[in-house]
This record gives sequence, C-alpha cells and structure tokens, in this order.
Amino acid sequence: MKSHGLKLAVAATVGLAFTAGAAVADTPKSGGTLNIVVGSKIPSYDGHIESTFGMIHPIRPFYSTLIRVNPDNPSSPVDFVCDLCEGSVPAGAEGGTKFTFKIRKDVKFHDGTPLTAADVKATYDKIVFPPEGVASSRKAYFKAVDSITTPDDYTLVFKLKHPTATFIPAVAMPFNFVYAKKDLDANGYNWHQRNINGTGAFTFVEHVAGSHVSGKKYAGYHHKGRPYLDGYKAISAPKMNVRLQAIRGGRADIEFRGFPPKARDDLVKALGDKITVQESDWNCVLLLTPNHEVKPFDDPRVRRALSLAVNRYEGSKYLSRIAIVKTVGGVVFPAHPLATSIEDLGKTVAGYNTDHAANIKEAKRLLKEAGHPNLSFTLHNRGVDQPYRVVGTWAIDQWKKAGITVKQWVQPTSPFYATLRKKGDFDVSIDFNCQAVVNPIADISKFLPTAGNNYANFADTELESTYDALLKAGDEGSQKALVRKYEKRVLNDLASQAITLWWYKINPHRSYVKGWKIAPSHYLNQALDNIWLDK
Amino acid sequence: MYSYLIRRIFMLLPTLFGAAILVFVLLRLVPGDVCDLKFGGEGGYVDPEQIKMCREMLGLENPMYVQFYEYMKGFLTLDLGVSMWTTKPVTEEIAGRFQISVEIAILATITSIFIALPLGIISAVRRNTWTDYVIRGISISGIAIPSFWLGILILLGLLIFTQKYFGEPWMPPVDYKSLFDDPAYNLSQMVWPALATGFRYSAVATRMTRSAMLEVLREDYVRTARAKGLIEKVIVNRHALKNAMLPVITIIGMEFAFLMGGLVVTEQVFNLNGLGKLLVESVEQADFTMTQALVMLAVAIFVVANFVVDVMYAVLDPRIRYG
Repeated sequence: MKSHGLKLAVAATVGLAFTAGAAVADTPKSGGTLNIVVGSKIPSYDGHIESTFGMIHPIRPFYSTLIRVNPDNPSSPVDFVCDLCEGSVPAGAEGGTKFTFKIRKDVKFHDGTPLTAADVKATYDKIVFPPEGVASSRKAYFKAVDSITTPDDYTLVFKLKHPTATFIPAVAMPFNFVYAKKDLDANGYNWHQRNINGTGAFTFVEHVAGSHVSGKKYAGYHHKGRPYLDGYKAISAPKMNVRLQAIRGGRADIEFRGFPPKARDDLVKALGDKITVQESDWNCVLLLTPNHEVKPFDDPRVRRALSLAVNRYEGSKYLSRIAIVKTVGGVVFPAHPLATSIEDLGKTVAGYNTDHAANIKEAKRLLKEAGHPNLSFTLHNRGVDQPYRVVGTWAIDQWKKAGITVKQWVQPTSPFYATLRKKGDFDVSIDFNCQAVVNPIADISKFLPTAGNNYANFADTELESTYDALLKAGDEGSQKALVRKYEKRVLNDLASQAITLWWYKINPHRSYVKGWKIAPSHYLNQALDNIWLDK
Repeated sequence: MYSYLIRRIFMLLPTLFGAAILVFVLLRLVPGDVCDLKFGGEGGYVDPEQIKMCREMLGLENPMYVQFYEYMKGFLTLDLGVSMWTTKPVTEEIAGRFQISVEIAILATITSIFIALPLGIISAVRRNTWTDYVIRGISISGIAIPSFWLGILILLGLLIFTQKYFGEPWMPPVDYKSLFDDPAYNLSQMVWPALATGFRYSAVATRMTRSAMLEVLREDYVRTARAKGLIEKVIVNRHALKNAMLPVITIIGMEFAFLMGGLVVTEQVFNLNGLGKLLVESVEQADFTMTQALVMLAVAIFVVANFVVDVMYAVLDPRIRYG
C-alpha cells in the first residue's frame, strides 16, 4: 500500500517535471481540437453578471479582457499583463489615482468591427456604473472608480477617488469580457446573455444546451501566432466520475476545476506517463463561522476555543491525502506577499501554535472559564463532499479531543444558503471564501461584519476602520501592517471566524496537452490561446 | 367505447391539476432559491442588491398566490415560461433533451422485447428444466441489479478491456450528436445505456411473459389444439402467445413511460443529456419553472401511456369492451 502510494507520488512528480521541462524545450504545434469537461452548467453568456466557472470555462475563450493574469506565469498572484492594452500594465499616476491604458490598434471583434477605447469604456461603464435595473456582479470591486474617460480613440483613463491596491487585480478579473459598444447601444445590456461577439482567440460555433459549447480558431486574433488550436469543445459533465473517466477513456483531454487526490492517483495508476499532473495552492478557503447571536458563541472565549482545538498542521498532512485542502494560512492567500507567515501566525493568532497539546489545554481552560466545559452544538454544513463534508467531519473529530460534542447538519446548497442568509438559525457553520484573481485586500472583505457574505452576525467598528484604512493604503509596507492588525482582530481577538485549511488544486490532464499552466484559481488562465496539442 | 374514451380524457385533467399543485407547493417548501445559487454558489463576493434584483426579475419576490396564478396561467396556455437558471424558454430547453430520452426509451424497449419475448416463451414451454432455471436466474439478476450500477460496470469494463487488448482505454462519447447527423457516433453513445436499462426492463418483461404463457398454456383451448394434433410451434405462436400478450403489453407500456420520463441516475452515469439529467440539475439549481415543467411532462407521459395501454387491451382482446 505504502509502496503503491509512493509510486503514484513519483509518477505525479515526474508528470510535473515533464510539464516544466516541456514548456521550455518544446515548440508549439498548431492544430487539433481540445476537449474539455466542465462540471457545471452555463447560466448565461454574460460575464458581467455570472459568477460560475460553468460559464467561464466554455465562454471565456470567445472574449478578451483589458488586462489579465500572465498566462505564462499564472501562479504568481502579482503578475498582470496587457491583453487589449499595449505595453505593460500601467502604474497609477497622480498618487495612484489615475490609470491610463493605451488600447491596441490591431484588434477586431469577431463580426469585423475594429476595437477602440470607446468599446472598453462602454464595457466598464456597464460593469462599474450600471443603469438602474441592470445587474453587475462585480460593481462593488470598483467602488473607488470616480470616472472613466477616453481622451482619444486608443486611450482609456480610469480616475479613482483614492489610491487602492485592489484596482488592478479587479480589472484583471476574467469575468470582465470586453463587449462592442455598438452591440450594447443597438441591442441593450441584456443582449450578451444570449449572444456572443468578442475579440477572443476563438469564435463561437455552437452551444447545445446541456451538452457542449464549441469554438473555432479566430484567424484575426490580436496575439499573433495564437491560438495554436483549431478549436475546442467544452463538454458539460456535472458528475466528477464522468469527467475522470472521460479523461481516462480519451473523450476529454483536460478538466480545469480540479480533482481530489484519489482521482489523480487513479488516473496516474491507469495511464502512467500519459497523464501529467499540475498542482497549486488554490485561492479558496473553508471557514468556521460561529453565529454570534446564539449563546454561547457570543463569548469570544468560546469562539477562540473552537479555533484552538483544531490542529491545522495535522489536518494538512492527513486531509491532503483525501481532500482538496492542504495549506495552512491566515486570512490572505498564503502565496501572496501580503500573507502572514506561519511562524508569525503561530506567535500572534490562537490555533496556529505548533504545540497542539498546549492549544487543547488552553481551549479547555477557556471553555471552563466561560462556563461551558462540556460544550455541545450543531455544525451546519453544505452537502458537497469535496471538501465541505470531509473538513466538517474532521473538525468534529478535532473538537471531540477538546471535550466538545458536535453533531453535523448537512443541507443541499440552496437550503444551505437560505439558512446562512435568511434564517440564521445555526450554531456554527462551515462557510467558504473563493475568489478568482488573487486580490487580498478585496478578498478579505469577507470578514467584515458589514459584508454581504459574512454570516457571523456581529458588529465591530475597529475592524471596519482598519479595513477602511487598508483599502486606501498606498504602499506595501503599510498594507502589510494593516493586514496583520485586521487578521489578528478577526482570528484572535474577536475570533469572529476561524480558518480551517486553504484549498489545493490538482489538475491531471493528458500529457499531450501543452502550454497550459495551473493558476491559483479555476477561473484563471482560461483564454486557451497558449494551449497546443503534442499529438 | 367512444364515451369511455371521452370520459377517460376528462379524467386526466384533475390528475394533472393535482400534480401541478403538488409540485408547486413541494418545491417552495424547500428553503433557498436560484438567485442564492447564481450569485453565491461559488463563494465569491455576494452583492445583496444583485440577489434582490434577480429575485424581482424572476418573480420570486411576488406573494405565493401570485406565483401560483402565473404558473397555472402559463400551464393552461401552454406557456411554460423561462428557465430560472438559463433564462431560455423551458420548451426550448426540454425539446433538445426530449429526443435523447425518446431515443433511449425506444432502444431500451427494442432491446427488452428482443430479449424478453423469446426467453419468456422458452422458459414457459420448458418449465422446470435447466433452461428455465437459467432464464429465471438471468431475469432475477436483471431485477436485482440497478441499471445505473450495471451502467457503471459496463463503463469500467469497457475501459479496462480496451486498455488491456487495444492498448488505449475507450469509453462511449460523453457529448451528443444526433442520430441523423452522425449515426455511428450516436449509436456508440446510446447503445450502452440502452443495454443497461434494457436488461432490467427485459427481466421484468421476461417474468411476465413466462407467467402469462404458463397460464394460457393450461387453458382448455390449448389442450384442444394439442388433441387436434397441431404442432407445438403453431400452438405456442398462434394460440397461446397472442392471448398471453395483454399483461406483457401493460408492462412494456408502463416501462416505456417510465423511460420517457427520464432515467435520472443512468443518464448521469453515461452523461446523457436527457430529461433525467435536466431534472436533477433543475432540482439542484432550484430552477422552479424547469422542475415544474419536467415533473408535469413526466406525469402527462404516464397518464397518456396508461390510457394507451387501456385502449390496446380492447384492440388485442375483442372480448374487452368499455361501456
């Protein structure tokens, strides 16, 4: 058993090495169709209102964005490059409040219309300043934007109300598809929900509802020499086992969301070096959210005890063998420069000390002091195995070691959200924070008491004011200091929520799929313009 | 006969109305809605304003009686509305999947008839011989094995077998091409789920054929036919089989209706884009309009299939007259 596991690990590592080596040595070949399996369904084609990877994976290749995460270095959370703009991504002028983008002159929409700055402005007007009654899911990311102007046909200027480090990552979000102004003017803001006219690497061929979306190479694509593929087909396959077997059986080449470790091992075992595995930290994290309005979770000692009782380091070691979680970290994505190191977390935040026996002792002391030495409650969880139920069950076992008795209450996704958002009748719930582009200052707004997606039901002015200062902090040094303060307040002083483990992304794919590199999010690097098939 | 048919048609209406009320109420008893999922299912930032706007657009903020009125109005005017998930017309979403479910139902029925009738007849004619025992064993296993599980075994078997003997694992396609566009591709996808469901279906029909045949073979007129010196083949095929067909047709009709309603789990196993898969997705996505339409479609198919089977009785047995 042990030796088998070792073989799989070696095979996966070899696959990883092959990828790295191949990317450097191989010359891309043109041709072929990439078959992708997608585990979710398309609601509409409009990136500005949708938020599911079920839309991004099949539809993103038809569109371009103003800037994007560097497709050749997507694992870096701070490497952004121009897509529809020229040169490098602009640094903020006028104290970080003015961003001027020079728009490429060689871009045409799939219907032949040349792209100008007016198209990009019309797109961002729709996202940032949507008219009454028009939905825009990412409007809140651009609260700092004061105006968008086009001094000439190929220049776009964003003026901000104050400097903020959240702006550039927000512009790089893969949902910000650039639409033609004439389409918006002539057909209205809902036209893109059912129609496609982009400037991406592929043109739309067909969408068979519930089955697949296909695209073919766009000869007029602005990144010359790309795409390498003749086309792609994104096949809808909601069941993970189907996606897994489709790769094994040659019906699909890749799946971009990620598989659990067991699925990776099965594929490697069945196909050996015909499978390459890419792995990465994932910008998603599972949280434990106590309901502060329910006793005894109104007491910070009880909440801190819950966090102390969880052994994250042991969990990382064992859970990473069976679930898509691995990395121990604080509120910021662990690979980002603003993230607090494990050593610093161990010194300042309850539950991150590596001496777990001391943590358990302290948890028991706090519970006794709070008058709940035999605490028992119900953990509310989402009816999804990976990684919710796995992590929930693990947390219950961890709490048991501190004398806490916990029952698990699992609900399907829709009622799960209704409980969190409307009813609020839970003791402690599993919750999650899952983002596209790593944008730590925006991402950690989840922990604000006033955030629309914070379900802990509490208020704290100190946390709000710290975040407000962080939002406007210009330099990295002050940002780091404020993130530390904010993190300590959330995870230690208030213990308003607790972090379990950050997710870990595993993408096994056919070894002949080249050029694609794993990113820390399943939303990123989906333009498909750098992928080629070595068949 | 005609008055009976008209009465039966009118009896369908309260059944459909009752089912419509039931599905409307049950769906709304479950907390949560499609907007919660659309804007929060992925765990990113959630703007409460967007969720509110979504609910208003889909009419979910309206009082329950208004929603029910709209639903019934649409039902009576055959305007089933739009899917709450995709915002495309429900009829458009269903139409594409319906042909897949029909194809699977037909293929599974053909498979079943080809297996069930010969085996059922042989089993009855050779009653209590080893042939009968083997056939009964097969049919009991067909009833005992769920078709989705058999489907999983078929898929894994294909993958392992083809890798072992051809070097590269093979499995049926996971995307759909119409039978008219690419017959070979279509059948290479459809034949396996048809086999998996047809096997279970045939097991039920085999047992029914056997017991019906046994009953008929004991009848006086069969004995008379034998006394007249007719050969066994003629007795079985001409005299016994036709009379034994009534319960078999009932079973085939009801199973066909069941398959038309969608093979909820088997379609997931083979990634078939049929009505069953659509129903599962609609329920998961709290897509009320789509779920209501699919449940009503399944109810309508059952009711109509029942009606057709009743009419077939009269056609096959002239002694049966509905008055």
